[in-house]
Amino acid sequence: MTSLPQSTEKKLGLVIDLDTCVGCHACVTACKGWNTQNEDTPLADMDAYGSEPVGSFLNRVHSFEVQPEVGPAQTIHFPKSCLHCDDAPCVTVCPTGASYKRVEDGIVLVNEDACMGCGLCAWACPYGARELDQDAGVMKKCTLCVDRIYNETLPEEDRQPACVRTCPAGARHFGDLGDPESDVSKLVAERDGMPLMPELGTQPVNRYLPPRPKDTWEEVDVLAPLLQPVAEEPKGFLGWLDKALEKL
Amino acid sequence: MHPAPSVILFTVLSGLGFGLLAFLGFGVPDVSGWVAFVFFFVAYALAVGGLMASAFHLGNPKNAIKSFSQWRSSWLSREAWLAVLGLCVMGVYAALLIFVGLRLPWIGAAGALLCVGAVFSTSMIYTQLTTVPRWHHWSTPVLFLLLSLGGGALLAGQSTLAGVLLALVGGVQAWVWWDGDQRFKRAGSTIGTATGLGDRGAVRLFEPPHTGTNYLLTEMVYVVGRKHAQKLRIIALICMSILPAVILLLLPVGHFMALLVVLMHLGGVFAARWLFFAEAEHVVGLYYDKR
Repeated sequence: MTSLPQSTEKKLGLVIDLDTCVGCHACVTACKGWNTQNEDTPLADMDAYGSEPVGSFLNRVHSFEVQPEVGPAQTIHFPKSCLHCDDAPCVTVCPTGASYKRVEDGIVLVNEDACMGCGLCAWACPYGARELDQDAGVMKKCTLCVDRIYNETLPEEDRQPACVRTCPAGARHFGDLGDPESDVSKLVAERDGMPLMPELGTQPVNRYLPPRPKDTWEEVDVLAPLLQPVAEEPKGFLGWLDKALEKL
Repeated sequence: MHPAPSVILFTVLSGLGFGLLAFLGFGVPDVSGWVAFVFFFVAYALAVGGLMASAFHLGNPKNAIKSFSQWRSSWLSREAWLAVLGLCVMGVYAALLIFVGLRLPWIGAAGALLCVGAVFSTSMIYTQLTTVPRWHHWSTPVLFLLLSLGGGALLAGQSTLAGVLLALVGGVQAWVWWDGDQRFKRAGSTIGTATGLGDRGAVRLFEPPHTGTNYLLTEMVYVVGRKHAQKLRIIALICMSILPAVILLLLPVGHFMALLVVLMHLGGVFAARWLFFAEAEHVVGLYYDKR
């Protein structure tokens, strides 16, 4: 049923640190790789080696520039994937029952065997988290690597989403945001983790940690005292030469 | 939003067909035998033709039958039910009327209401989307229903009623365009709320996540062709509403003139529906600094 559950036992999700993300796109590649090799239909690319390649991705990294009123502009890399919203509008619009939110952990998934590819769920999502696979004709979205996190055939350290596992900067964290004692919840509390477009009432589970304040913009030149000219006015022979050349 | 031809064909034709069916269900015009057959044939051709066109935008049509399952939560599912029920009930009514000469007004009225319900649920598919502020407004179902009933009255040969309804359509459409232009701003989503960085300063896209295009951009950030929007609005308004209303209300209308008015109206509605999609801005465009 594409009605949303009243509540979920856990709220698994991601916490993304905009302060540490370096914009390397490793998470994009890891996500594409894992989700192309798993049991569902692969994340297709069309015209992959041609002049106009187009492909489905479940995670994309935008880069923004923020210009404060005073001080220098700041570049912020911004990974974006499904936020596994509590009040997910993509689920309720689905006519076939393909989209659903799991009661046990809150993950929003698509059952590809039931999807007719109408695209309405992608229209309903404010975040651009759903992309219709141009080859398979079914909707693709982040599964929070549901086939990794519970997979006991994998070593324990690999039982987390591919994007989190691969991030070289440690900018992505995975955990239960419904449990106030979890590491991710503490991180959100400590760093004022924010939801995206809260005005739309989707109640996203994923949170973004805002960039920490940068150094103040003051002209402090620590080398200046050491770089004072040794002799301001040339004296002796050089002084005579200076004056003589000036007169020429 | 991408103005997919299949969806434009679907909403325009089925809206018109269901509008005509609604009038026929209430016994307007009071026809029977072969004349009734022709009226019902036109109505079914439009409604069913439109519904079939809608299947062309599906990525995986073999699962289309499953779209009847989620009527409790999904407007698209409700639309499927109401459309099929409306067509079936009206089919019984039409068959008895044409072949037996028996008129069952209650069946007709029930079928008519189901047909109006189908158009209403079509409009609610768009109205429910908070992500498209231009659509997320009570005026969307009002406009869809007025258009369907106005076009239905026109096809049912009710000149005066059609004239009045189409004049009303023009007024509502003009206001919807004027008001719609301000709805995105009113909804309050900006690149600042989309990124959560708005209170730190002015946010702009520094680098998009991909160099080429993608599904999100072609489907939801359709910005091509908006430069002629103002001209198209005027053409649509004149053809869809003003000229048909003037002709229907002020001039004697024969069969040939009626056909001309129908074609003109249809052209106008196609233009207006194209604009309905092409001008609708989705909030996901904010992540690309585009609308």
